[in-house]
Amino acid sequence: MKNNTKKIKALTGGYAVAEALRQVAPDVLAVYPITPQTPIIESFAKMRADGDLDTEIMQVESEHSAMSATIGASAAGARAVTASSSQGILYMAEMLPIASGLRLPIVMAVSSRALSAPLNIHGEHGDVMAVRDMGWVQLFAQDAQEAYDHAVLSIKLAEELELPVMPIMDGFHTSHTTERVEVLPDDVVRDFVGERRTEGSLMDQENPVSYGTLALQDTYFEFKIEQNKALHKAGAAYARICRELSVMSGRKIEGSVESYHLDDAEFALVIMGATSGTAKEAVDALREKGKKVGLLRIKMYRPFPQKEVARALAHLKSIAVFDRALSPGSYAPLYQDVVTTLHDSASFKHEIASYIYGLGGRDTLQKDIEKAFTELEDKDMSSKTRYLQ
Amino acid sequence: MNKDLTKRLSPGHATCAGCGIPAIVRTVLGATEEPVIVSNATGCLEVTTTIYPNTSWKVPYIHSAFGNAAATAAGIDAAQKALQKKGKIQKKAKVVAFGGDGGTYDIGLQALSGALERGHDFLYVCYDNEGYMNTGGQRSGATPYGANTETAPVGVESFGKGQQRKDLMEIVKAHGIKYLAQANVAYLADLKKKAQKALETPGPSFLLVLQPCTNLWKFPTSEYVAIGKLASETNFWPLYEIEDGNYVINYVPKERKPIEDFLKTQGRFKHLFGERNKEIITQIQAEVDRNWEKLERRVASS
Repeated sequence: MKNNTKKIKALTGGYAVAEALRQVAPDVLAVYPITPQTPIIESFAKMRADGDLDTEIMQVESEHSAMSATIGASAAGARAVTASSSQGILYMAEMLPIASGLRLPIVMAVSSRALSAPLNIHGEHGDVMAVRDMGWVQLFAQDAQEAYDHAVLSIKLAEELELPVMPIMDGFHTSHTTERVEVLPDDVVRDFVGERRTEGSLMDQENPVSYGTLALQDTYFEFKIEQNKALHKAGAAYARICRELSVMSGRKIEGSVESYHLDDAEFALVIMGATSGTAKEAVDALREKGKKVGLLRIKMYRPFPQKEVARALAHLKSIAVFDRALSPGSYAPLYQDVVTTLHDSASFKHEIASYIYGLGGRDTLQKDIEKAFTELEDKDMSSKTRYLQ
Repeated sequence: MNKDLTKRLSPGHATCAGCGIPAIVRTVLGATEEPVIVSNATGCLEVTTTIYPNTSWKVPYIHSAFGNAAATAAGIDAAQKALQKKGKIQKKAKVVAFGGDGGTYDIGLQALSGALERGHDFLYVCYDNEGYMNTGGQRSGATPYGANTETAPVGVESFGKGQQRKDLMEIVKAHGIKYLAQANVAYLADLKKKAQKALETPGPSFLLVLQPCTNLWKFPTSEYVAIGKLASETNFWPLYEIEDGNYVINYVPKERKPIEDFLKTQGRFKHLFGERNKEIITQIQAEVDRNWEKLERRVASS
């Protein structure tokens, strides 16, 4: 593809995802409103109303039914998509391991948001962390561009793996913020994602299949092992698809992790989502002062890119892991993953601190992140969790 | 077994001896030669027909959870519309959802309501065995007043379930769908006729089918047809349909039998026949008669 065919637009993350979905043209989109996801479905509904699309939009009566209908449609061979946030994701939580257990290539675009109570509609990763063990691929976007890229490639990734994929952006910080987004031409996206193969779907009357059988003590275990093996293939598939997208777009698109000034760094931060941008600014500012600091951004959180993370962080002295969620009663989720991943690697010698930031939409400023680097440098490494309040 | 009967649900399944569920499924699916896709709620039908690596289903089938048979069916309907528009399929199959009373009156009511309101092209069949029988006989919104269940047990302070059953037919009717009917596994010819009408109805249609449960209504396995018949002969379970809002009663007993004739056949009502609970039987009889009169008035004003 020639780069000059792409369009540069000023889009919110929510609109960028809707634009990607319009280009992908799913057969079925089942939706239920919840802030801060609604800009996705509202924008999509307008595109449909303007005649750009012939997707069947289902205005269902709950998120449980949104995921159920998506499951029915996907099992019927359709390309089926939904979107949600926060309480909505938990309302459909029953259906999430069913979508993955049935090996259905569903995509759910997420604007992540804090969980009640108390009620809070703002950005946080508490919702998606609560469903991190549902057998879905989880991708975290840094900005509206990546939210767009992920919405395009998730369909392809899901259909290749026969597993559901959850492209995630931070509610409000990304979903409602207007940014520069390079949009690929429609035909390029359509060629890229192709058509869904429908063999083995409910449409096949000649060779009827039964979905959702009862597996007892003698077979359930094997089902789950097979499913987990399939999920672990997501890292390599994602990296390859990102390379393909890089070629098509002329933009460098990283695989499961992005290293930022890590090669010669002594102190690093591990982070994902929208605040990565601010954290990179902090790295730049400290680098200018001659500090050897860097950053590792996790793009794919599930499956957790253990090899890539271990490789990227192997040479570091001290690491600060930034979580935008709690795991109440234990260490923060990303911190747990990083610590266990590094502990597994042969040369475990790191000091790792846990920082919690941005709960309920609290702003995280560049100076807060710079302070964390100072603490790393000062060897202020107590194991207690620190809160950037 | 009759090959025609087992064309869509094979004889190899694990329902209890004396269970009417397979007869309901075969009668409904046998009422059309057109292709069908089945969506099934978690429950007796699902666990007895899909034990991996086997399946009893000879038609495309999906079970995903308990409360969402209607939402899943709706998704299949939407998928078919989209795939037909794109020319990927020539013809839509009729989507038929099956759920028990727990999956329909209770946990699946919202999903059913949503799918009816949106006007999806599907038939929803509730096989009503008046309780959560797959989990061992707990009370549901369909369990009749006075029945002894595991979660509304009889005791010194209790005569069993203390509430009347929900009127699901009226709830479904309130969605303004074109065809719905109440049927009974003991009257298969009537069920077949209703299934044919329901399947020919464009948009949503609904069948509520009584399914006496040998295990938890507590009667001998040979008796489900006899007990089903008594349910209608006593007017406990009238057979009727609502077409375009008009009520038609399909069966009027020559002489309405007293409700005791139905209640005394089942262990779940045994406690009502002691001196202490006589009043409960009187109340049940009064409620049956009231409901029948209500139904007659609806027929008259149709």
